[in-house]
Amino acid sequence: MRNTWLIARRELASYFTSPIAYAVTAVFLVVAGYLFWVILYYSREATMRYLFYNVTTLLLLVGPALTMRLVAEERRTGTIELLLTSPVRDGEVIAGKFLAALGLWALMLAMTLVYPLLLKLLGNPDLGPIASGYLGLLLAGGAVLALGVIASTVTSNQVIAALVAFGLSLLLWLTDALQGIASGTLGSFFSYLSMSTHFYDFAKGVIDTKDVLFFLSLIFGALFVATRLLEARRWKL
Amino acid sequence: MIEVEHLTKRYGDLTAIEDLSFTVHQGEILGFLGPNGAGKTTTMRILSGYMPPSAGTARVAGYDLSESSLEVRRRIGYLPETVPLYPEMTVSAYLEYMAALRGVTRPDRAARDAMEACGIADRHDTLIGKLSKGYRQRVGLAQALIHDPEVLILDEPTIGLDPRQIIEVRNLIKSLGGRRTIILSTHILPEASQVCERVMIINKGRLVAEDTPERLTARLRGAQQLAVQVARPARETLSVLESIPGVLRVHEQEIGRYEIESALDGDPRPRIAEAIVQHGWGLLELRPVGMSLEEIFLTLTTEDAAEPAGQAPAQAAPAPRRQGGKAR
Ligand SMILES: Nc1ncnc2c1ncn2[C@@H]1O[C@H](COP(=O)(O)OP(=O)(O)O)[C@@H](O)[C@H]1O
Ligand SMILES: [Mg+2]
Repeated sequence: MRNTWLIARRELASYFTSPIAYAVTAVFLVVAGYLFWVILYYSREATMRYLFYNVTTLLLLVGPALTMRLVAEERRTGTIELLLTSPVRDGEVIAGKFLAALGLWALMLAMTLVYPLLLKLLGNPDLGPIASGYLGLLLAGGAVLALGVIASTVTSNQVIAALVAFGLSLLLWLTDALQGIASGTLGSFFSYLSMSTHFYDFAKGVIDTKDVLFFLSLIFGALFVATRLLEARRWKL
Repeated sequence: MIEVEHLTKRYGDLTAIEDLSFTVHQGEILGFLGPNGAGKTTTMRILSGYMPPSAGTARVAGYDLSESSLEVRRRIGYLPETVPLYPEMTVSAYLEYMAALRGVTRPDRAARDAMEACGIADRHDTLIGKLSKGYRQRVGLAQALIHDPEVLILDEPTIGLDPRQIIEVRNLIKSLGGRRTIILSTHILPEASQVCERVMIINKGRLVAEDTPERLTARLRGAQQLAVQVARPARETLSVLESIPGVLRVHEQEIGRYEIESALDGDPRPRIAEAIVQHGWGLLELRPVGMSLEEIFLTLTTEDAAEPAGQAPAQAAPAPRRQGGKAR
């Protein structure tokens, strides 16, 4: 646990010494702000529901950018050799890296809290759905980032790591599109697998335990797979 | 302290180390000498817990490497060959991080002590990416020492340093011995003999020889070749040189130039010089021809008529292994 925290802290600090974190945060905030005003202008509703949907699209791009270097860069420069020969479990390494990315994502979300504040000044928004929407974004972000950690573990090339992360996340985001192709149980299974299905409720203002569990199992499952992959990589160094 | 038994590592078809067995005693400085590709880094990576062997076992400080990797890693300080560091961190931040990862209770104090020991205290606030090669090497050493480990594994710790830095690092390593058990790899024979109490020579993944540096050097000196040049060679020069005690063989390379192979015991150089001067042939040159590592391995392996190293790994014949320097 302590090791996880140590690794997460170092990783978070190193985000802020690289231009990537600043660039990603800046792009995210600019686009999110633009979307906020456009949606507000057309809908004239004090709601953030539509913004949440759009931010998930942004997440699919931002997530891989946050996770691509986590393990891949250590592998490229060789620093992983000292990390993996320290008395630290592989699971702690993966968890620490993940938490650093999640921390940055949470920070980025926190910076968008000015928009609900603006809505509060301009109108009378329902705060419940806004809170649940933010929870949904945090959980969906966690899932995308955990998938990104997997991608970063299998390669030492950051670009490949980002592409694999994007591909994995997009597939899991859109499996509900297969609902129409397969019918019956298989169709609903595809729908169940889809992150967008589970995010939908959060944006509407509903916090369903099933949705929360879905995202949590996705996060833990992905981190477990990443840990196994990291262990397996020791065998074929 | 370290017991290695039948360690083998294969990368696909390539056998990097084969059936390596050795022990290192507490407080000993063991040199791991071999040319590039001998399998030094592979062995050290296995001992440090970075990767598992294909076969064989290793125990460090009483813990089996495959069963209690974490316990072993707690007790080891490791300096990888490439000295991988985080360029965006300052020296002290990096060392405190490494100390904390190794479970040190006061990382700040440990970092300060390690910087002091390695002579980098004046650079504690410098970004690692801005350090010179010599300083980076010392930061690497400092992180290996930071948790006061029982065992130090140093992979070519002086590679890429300038001569002055090499001497400093060697002295530093020597000063660390005694209490700690140290394995250090090198492809430079003089380095192994200066720093280490015992030297293991490996070539192509196999143990070729194991001895104290003094006895190894003695064995090698015997096999050393001398280059001799005289100004006025006579008809009988060759036979006179051949008859000198201690001279095994003389090759006349060109008129007046000879290559002399000398025996194991006794340095024949004074007698050679004397004979040449007595006959008035005009001694121009008499110098030992340094042997390359490859020649050293060849000498050591053929001395015993052992099988040539690095052949037919499928036969898995035990590598020639000896204790004590035999004189011929
Ligand atoms: N990751 C790897 N994959 C495949 N072959 C490797 C790998 N690492 C080392 N080797 C090979 O194993 C042999 C031993 O290498 P190494 O242990 O690095 O030797 P040394 O450190 O003595 O120079 C070499 O032939 C090298 O090419
Ligand atoms: Mg090496």
